[in-house]
Amino acid sequence: MNQRKRIHEGDRASIMLKEISALVDGHIRLMEVCGTHTVSIFRSGIRSLLPKGLELISGPGCPVCVTPVGEIDRAIALAQIQDVTLLTFGDLMRVPGTSSSLNQERAVGRDIRVVTSPLDALEIAQGEPQRRIIFFAVGFETTSPAIAAAVREARRKRIANLYLLCSQRLIPPAIRALLSSRSVKIDGFILPGHVSVIIGKTPYSFIAREFSLMGVITGFEALDILEGVYMLLRQKKEGRSEIEVQYTRVVKEEGNRLALEIMEEVFEPFDARWRGLGVIPESGLTLREEFKEMDAALVFDIPYEDRKDPPGCLCGQILQGLKRPLDCPLFDTRCTPENPVGPCMVSSEGSCAAFHKYGAST
Amino acid sequence: MCLGVPGKVASIQGDCAEVDFGGIRRTVSLLICPDVREGDYVLVHVGFAIQRLDEEEALETLNLFEEIERSYRESTEEDT
Repeated sequence: MNQRKRIHEGDRASIMLKEISALVDGHIRLMEVCGTHTVSIFRSGIRSLLPKGLELISGPGCPVCVTPVGEIDRAIALAQIQDVTLLTFGDLMRVPGTSSSLNQERAVGRDIRVVTSPLDALEIAQGEPQRRIIFFAVGFETTSPAIAAAVREARRKRIANLYLLCSQRLIPPAIRALLSSRSVKIDGFILPGHVSVIIGKTPYSFIAREFSLMGVITGFEALDILEGVYMLLRQKKEGRSEIEVQYTRVVKEEGNRLALEIMEEVFEPFDARWRGLGVIPESGLTLREEFKEMDAALVFDIPYEDRKDPPGCLCGQILQGLKRPLDCPLFDTRCTPENPVGPCMVSSEGSCAAFHKYGAST
Repeated sequence: MCLGVPGKVASIQGDCAEVDFGGIRRTVSLLICPDVREGDYVLVHVGFAIQRLDEEEALETLNLFEEIERSYRESTEEDT
């Protein structure tokens, strides 16, 4: 970006901030559901520039952070099987399980590899037919269609040594659970842009209809976020509770229909456990009957077992917006990015990691 | 983890496209977003194009920013 454009954007941002300040009346709490928003808000410094009465709180939108300890333990158990290669997205490597992490397991010789795309899993499975390849599938609706497309490709290419440990989650049921618990005061939602590229606007309509709250599907540039906040405040001022789209350049009203069809062909919802939020009805994805032969949990017979969160760790409450990282006694003392105790400090999109990296003081 | 990176489609071969991310080229799957043409901008996530960027909407966003800016400037001119 050239200097002139940067200055111009800075100008616009300061104008937006003034408009936002003029609309803030009383104390308003907006939740950014998505971890990518959290990082963008911190990196751009927006949080520190907002008027006093406007509070942004982070929600449960980091897939790594909401993956419960039991699921990490299950991945570790799978990686310990002799002829298994476990594939995972990078951030999961360092999340502590009950007594180990994937990183520690790799250090003692387990074959655990980091991939950046579900297509890497296909390629590895094809190239190493003598090994059983398990892809530890985490992600929200943004990622699940890509995983589903890879599953279909594996079927088409008759790849028989690829399995999934399904740990994907769905965002709207988590928002519903959060609102139904009534434990946290939220006036409106900065809704996730890229999840919404896939699911569109309709799945959020219950927020307005049943809870009379507002939401704006928002992009990730600093100006996008400021505009999303501005649109929310306008709704509040005008007494509206609606779901609006700020991120219109990629979010269509109906989402990406083909992606949804592929996802629904391969996966079905089930009642999944989230770190901090407990079991939420129909909030996870599992392989449909026709694809069960690829389900690592069934094939290797390693059922899910509940495990306790690390003692003293407040990740569970932080993910619900009930606590801030600074409220946690472990934050920046026993829990640091180098030696994380909870996942919110591990993931680059976790609130604790963001608070640590950007030195937030409130 | 829901990071999406916009890039420009340089060429298409079957289910895949070569996408240019500001000088770096990567092969991207079009399995969940097949309706793209050379020259289109796409949003890419974990090696897959997930949506085509709508140029008109992108311009509209810019227009909206300009509108807010204009209304602000007008209101401050009225104040002074």
